[in-house]
Amino acid sequence: MAINTEPVFLNLGPVHPSTHGVFRMRALVDGEVITDIEPVFGYLHRGIEKLAESKSYRQFLPLTDRLDYVSSMNNNMAYVMAVEKLAGIEVPPRAEYIRVIMAELQRIIAHLLAIGSFFNDMGTFFTPFFYMFIQKEKITDLFEMVCGQRLLYNYMRFGGLSHDLPPEFIPALNRFLEEMPSEIKKYERLLAENEIVLARSKNVGVLPREMAINASAAGPVLRASGVKWDIRKDDPYSVYDRFEFDVPTGASGDCYDRYRVRLEELTQSLEIIRQAVAGLPKGKVLNPVPLRLRPPAGEVYSHIEGNKGELGFHVISDGSDKPYRIHVRAPSFINLTALRNMLIGWKLADAIIIFGSIDICLGEVDR
Amino acid sequence: MTVGLDYNRIIDVLPEDLASGAVAFEAHGLVIQPEVLTGIAAFLKTEPGLELDYLCSITGVDCTEYFEVDYLLYSLKLNHRFTLKVRLADRSEPVIPSLTGLWLGAELQEREIYDLLGITFSGHPEMKRIFLWEGFSGHPLRKDYGHGH
Repeated sequence: MAINTEPVFLNLGPVHPSTHGVFRMRALVDGEVITDIEPVFGYLHRGIEKLAESKSYRQFLPLTDRLDYVSSMNNNMAYVMAVEKLAGIEVPPRAEYIRVIMAELQRIIAHLLAIGSFFNDMGTFFTPFFYMFIQKEKITDLFEMVCGQRLLYNYMRFGGLSHDLPPEFIPALNRFLEEMPSEIKKYERLLAENEIVLARSKNVGVLPREMAINASAAGPVLRASGVKWDIRKDDPYSVYDRFEFDVPTGASGDCYDRYRVRLEELTQSLEIIRQAVAGLPKGKVLNPVPLRLRPPAGEVYSHIEGNKGELGFHVISDGSDKPYRIHVRAPSFINLTALRNMLIGWKLADAIIIFGSIDICLGEVDR
Repeated sequence: MTVGLDYNRIIDVLPEDLASGAVAFEAHGLVIQPEVLTGIAAFLKTEPGLELDYLCSITGVDCTEYFEVDYLLYSLKLNHRFTLKVRLADRSEPVIPSLTGLWLGAELQEREIYDLLGITFSGHPEMKRIFLWEGFSGHPLRKDYGHGH
C-alpha cells in the first residue's frame, strides 16, 4: 500500500491563545514539522506614528502608553527623554530616581508576564501564571498609588513627573522588596529544575550569537544568545550609572536561556530599586515646561533598555508645536526578524514555545 | 557610553571610490548617495577598528523635497555608533538598495518603510506591504497623504 504525503498549509491566528495578541503565522507543515512559515503582521496597526504628526508633543505622550501596553512606564520614559534631549529640558534629580524605580518595577511586571505566559505555552496551564500575577498585582497597586492608573499610566512628563510619590508609597514598596526575593526562589523551586520544562525548552529554538546580532535582536533575546549588551550599562541614561547591577547572559540562546535571563533580571531590577530608594533625593519632581512645547528644528534619537530590548524614539522637529516625524524603534517588532529562522525544522508544538520565548507585545509590533 | 563616531574618521579610512559618494555631513550622520550605500555599509561592518556590525534601526522620513532613509549602526564590541543617511530626490518612484544581504535585521524594517512611505528596496527578498493590506492605496506616512479625515 502506497501512502502519498504532501505538505499541508496551516493557519495559526490571528486569534489564537498562544500568539499573545493578534498575530498570524502561515505555516507549511510536513507532518508535524514546520518546513516554512510566514508571519503576517498588521492586525493591530493603529498608525501611531502617523497620528503623532497631527498631535502636539504633549498629546502624543498618552499614545506611547499604548505601544507595548505592559510597559507603559518605559515607553513614557523613552519618549520624554527623546523630547527632553531635543528641547534641552532639565529633569530634577528626584524625578530621575523615581523614573528609575518605576521603570524597574515595570520591567518586573513585564518579565513576570513573559515568564508566566511562557509556561502557559508549555502546557503548565495558568498555575505558574497566577503565582506571577500575585506579585504583578502588588506592583500594579503601587502604580495606582502614584498615578491612579493600573495599566496605561501616563505618569511621566517633559521635565519630570505628573505627581510626587504619596507618603504610603515607600513603605508599601519596601514591603514588596522584602518579600519578592523569596517569591523568586519559589519560582525557581517550582519551575527551574522541572523535568518537563527542561526537556521542552533546553536546546529548543536556538538563536546563535551571530544570527542574533545579524538579525538586530535586542534585550533578553540578544543577551540569552551570549551578547552582553544592556543599554543601562553600555550607554547609561537617566541615573543608571549610579547603581551597581549585573547583566545576566545566556550561553546557547535556546528557549531556556531566554527564560533564565528574564528570571535573573528580576533580581537585578530589585537590586536597582533598593539602591534608588536608598539614594532618593528630596526636592521637586517637575520643572516648568511650556504647555505648547516648540522644540528647535532638528532631530534626535534617544534610546532606553526597554523590557523587550532597545526601545528608541527618533523624533524630528521642524520648530512647530507638532512633531514632524516620530519613529519608534520597537524591540518586539525587530526581535521577530529571526522568527522564521528559529522556527523552521521544529515541530508545531515547539513553535508555540519558541514564539512565546521571544516575548512580544502586538501593540508595539504593529504600532 | 556609546560614542558617536566622528565623520572625519570614517571619511579618512573609506576607499576612494566609496568616499566620493559622500555628499555632506550633518549633525546626525553622513549623507551618502544611494549607489554607494551597500558598499559603505559592508565596509563599516567589517573594517577593523569600526566593526559596526549591528543594524539598530532604519527610519524613513518624507522631507517633502526628497525622502530620507536613516540607518543607525552600532558596534556592540567597541561600543560606538554611526548614522548613514540616504536621500532620494525622485518622489514618483524612489528606489534604494536593500541591506538585507548584509543584515537580516533590515528585512522587516525595510518592508515597513515600503509600506508606509512607498520607498522600494531593490534586492529585498519579499518587497510587499507589512502592516496594511495588499490593495491599500497610497502610503500614509507621506506628507501629501493627508490625515485621512
